[in-house]
Amino acid sequence: MAELLQFIFSGLTVGAVYALVGLGFTLIYNASDIINFAQGEFVMLGGMITVFLVAAGVPLPLAALIAVGLTTAVGLALHRLAIEPARGSSPVTLIMITIGASIFLRGIAQIIFDRRFHSLPSLFGSEPIHFGGATMLPQSLVVLAVAAIIVVLLWLFMERTLLGKAVTATAANRLAARLIGINTRRIVDFSFAISAAIGAVAGIVVTPITLTSYDVGTLLALKGFAAAMLGGIGSAPGAVVGGVLLGLIEALTAGYISSNYKDAVSFLIILIVLVAMPQGLFGRARIERV
Amino acid sequence: MTILSASQLAISFGGVRAVDGVSLAVERGEVYSIIGPNGSGKTTLFNLISGIYVPTTGTIRLAGENVTGLVPEQLARRGLSRTFQNLQIFFRMSVLENVMVGRHRHEKTGIFADLLHWPSVARQNRQTREAAMAALARVGLAEAAERPAAALPYGALKRLEIARALASEPVLLLLDEPAAGCNPVETQELDRVIRSLTNEGITVVLVEHDMRLVMNISDRVHVLASGRTLAHGTPLEVRSDPAVIEAYLGTHGSEEAARAIG
Amino acid sequence: MQRVLDSRIWPLAALAVIVVIAPLFFSSLYDYRIGALVFIFALAVVGLNLLMGFAGQVSLGHAGFLGIGAYAVAIGPTYFALPAWFSLLVGAVLSGIVAFLVGRPILKLKGHYLAVATLGFGVLVAIVLTNEADWTGGPDGMNVAHLMLFGWKVHGSDTWYWLAGATFIVGFVLAANLVDSPSGRALQAIHDSETAARMLGIDVARKKLTIFIVSAIYASVAGSYLALFDGHITPDVAGFLRSIELVAMVVLGGMGSVFGALVGAAVLVVLPQALTVFHDYEQATLGLIIMVFMIFLRRGIVPSLSAAFSGWRR
Ligand SMILES: Nc1ncnc2c1ncn2[C@@H]1O[C@H](COP(=O)(O)OP(=O)(O)OP(=O)(O)O)[C@@H](O)[C@H]1O
Ligand SMILES: [Mg+2]
Repeated sequence: MAELLQFIFSGLTVGAVYALVGLGFTLIYNASDIINFAQGEFVMLGGMITVFLVAAGVPLPLAALIAVGLTTAVGLALHRLAIEPARGSSPVTLIMITIGASIFLRGIAQIIFDRRFHSLPSLFGSEPIHFGGATMLPQSLVVLAVAAIIVVLLWLFMERTLLGKAVTATAANRLAARLIGINTRRIVDFSFAISAAIGAVAGIVVTPITLTSYDVGTLLALKGFAAAMLGGIGSAPGAVVGGVLLGLIEALTAGYISSNYKDAVSFLIILIVLVAMPQGLFGRARIERV
Repeated sequence: MTILSASQLAISFGGVRAVDGVSLAVERGEVYSIIGPNGSGKTTLFNLISGIYVPTTGTIRLAGENVTGLVPEQLARRGLSRTFQNLQIFFRMSVLENVMVGRHRHEKTGIFADLLHWPSVARQNRQTREAAMAALARVGLAEAAERPAAALPYGALKRLEIARALASEPVLLLLDEPAAGCNPVETQELDRVIRSLTNEGITVVLVEHDMRLVMNISDRVHVLASGRTLAHGTPLEVRSDPAVIEAYLGTHGSEEAARAIG
Repeated sequence: MQRVLDSRIWPLAALAVIVVIAPLFFSSLYDYRIGALVFIFALAVVGLNLLMGFAGQVSLGHAGFLGIGAYAVAIGPTYFALPAWFSLLVGAVLSGIVAFLVGRPILKLKGHYLAVATLGFGVLVAIVLTNEADWTGGPDGMNVAHLMLFGWKVHGSDTWYWLAGATFIVGFVLAANLVDSPSGRALQAIHDSETAARMLGIDVARKKLTIFIVSAIYASVAGSYLALFDGHITPDVAGFLRSIELVAMVVLGGMGSVFGALVGAAVLVVLPQALTVFHDYEQATLGLIIMVFMIFLRRGIVPSLSAAFSGWRR
């Protein structure tokens, strides 16, 4: 029982990160139909920039702030410099551009930073909290809290602000949004910026637990993408639920079956879900009209 | 002999009953037209008959056989072919290649023979090409054969779809608004093509808004409104049916309606 | 007949000339090595192009089949005393079977869903290859014995250059044959409108599955060659990055252009080598190349060039 609880704790922590990455995917996808494979690199950048700033003597909160800012700038640049010029290309071309961007960012990170693993001090120390026979790092609570705050803020933003409504309108029907005067290009800009910021924050809070290095982005992007798919792409609640589920499944597999195959199981499950429910858990079926 | 019969077909999308208890019987060799206002369920009825949608209730028989629930490719092999209101052209291919695809069900194909380009494949390609050219000639597109399909104007694409359907040598051909976007000359041409088809014994079910064409060419007309049958009979019977006139332009416009339909 | 001659013989002749002429510009065995790698990747790309460019079905996991082919020629001789050439065939058959089993359910998916499903498949293969260390040597990989053909040991970059070149030409001819056949037309039709294709009697699911299997076998053979040529193999061969490289080669050369496969493979094999003075810059360069080409030559090199050329001629 304590063991199960332990696995659930660690599953929730990773799942929260997957959920944030999945949210990032969803935001960009809804605004632009683009699957942004560089999403994982935002997480990496958030972590790595903070690590190196802290090493250079910048206080942690300031370092984190700068990292989020820089990563957001990278997200904007990605849209303006790589996605915008290729507007109207086929989905495969656009996917390839974001994958190219992801490889590029990883390559740059490898040059600017290094190829080693890094950690950050956790905010509330590393004394484990005991709970029901299981233990949990204080930082795990930080991750969960931050993820929850981001989800709630995002939801409030979408529901309550004009800009949020414009994003929702753009997601529902781009042409109609443009006709009523919404600058959809700005909306896409915005979605890239927010996705990058969310990714960076996730990277910063999770680094004390999982460590970071220049190449953590790929697997994170794949998992986040998988989470978004699991929930049904385009659905923000779906991405969150998908991410948490994926994290739990992974942790349980690692605990009870084999830690070598924890990644395998999550991909296997994705395959099964896709085949059994091609629209994901929360997606809507689309019928092509002829 | 009845080639196509449908009884009590129904399907809905969300709350919309797109087709709601429609029955019909089409005789071999006739031109059977389905008319009705926009959104009355004509295309949906075609989608049901051609296996793209499965009806929630009702049965469809093709040449006496119950074909309800069969998928399009199975129906195609039984001699059903159709064109689409929303063009479904193979835009990456040439005009001729589009029509060659129509020959598919008459071609023997195997991945190994095709990879190795056996002599039989070359021979068959030649036959397919000839048959496709003949189909193109029938709709007046022979000259455009080598052009990319994407380069053709809308009206020509409509005829290209007909040629492609013809190439499959259908027994029953469903045409969804073939005259949409055609000029009067092209419509005249279409009239001639459809007549030549029925002379060969091909049965044509036609969805069309051009009333002159419909009334000229049809043996029988079936009128839909809001997914239900409003009237059916010979063109003469249908065009004098007050319910039809009303459905088309409302009571106030019945004068114009009578003229439009007549 | 003239048309057939035009469309069939000329590309083939041009290819043969390229294979034969290229070594005149080679100054070292290293150049032969690059040439061999280009042909090996081009072989996989021709197959993937049939799936992506013609049938319009994305696969982000084709390196999985590359991996199956590669490990077949590594494991077959080591553990089962099978000759390498026979192991290559076993790998191809195995890839075909795996493609059949995986393709049947996932090819029903479309667009992004298909992309993530194939991606998942590829990653799975890589994970298995990494974890089954007893058989595969784990992350460090394993050595691959030399290929013996008729009692003759195939080794050396120049020998492999010719072997890979010849095999690529065969693969190219088969693919070109397919394009001009009922199956090829059916595949192209599926790309543009599945509905219309079905309405004309094409069994769409079956055609997709068939071409998925064919492209898997292409990739598998290429993987086997890669392993035999390099003499050592690691799970990276099946990794996500490799799958992406293959797709990039397809898109770069031009979707639906059989000839583009060679161009795409050449660019993505040669350019990183040429631009990479320091090992550290390899990834950044690769990413940059992919982005720049996708943005500026989005239709692919061969179609873009031929469009420009025909416009200029007119
Ligand atoms: N796939 C679908 N999903 C949702 N609603 C649909 C679908 N297909 C048809 N409908 C609805 O069913 C009704 C009938 O549509 P249908 O296209 O059959 O009309 P139609 O008679 O062909 O009209 P038109 O003359 O404009 O072509 C419409 O209200 C339409 O919106
Ligand atoms: Mg219609």
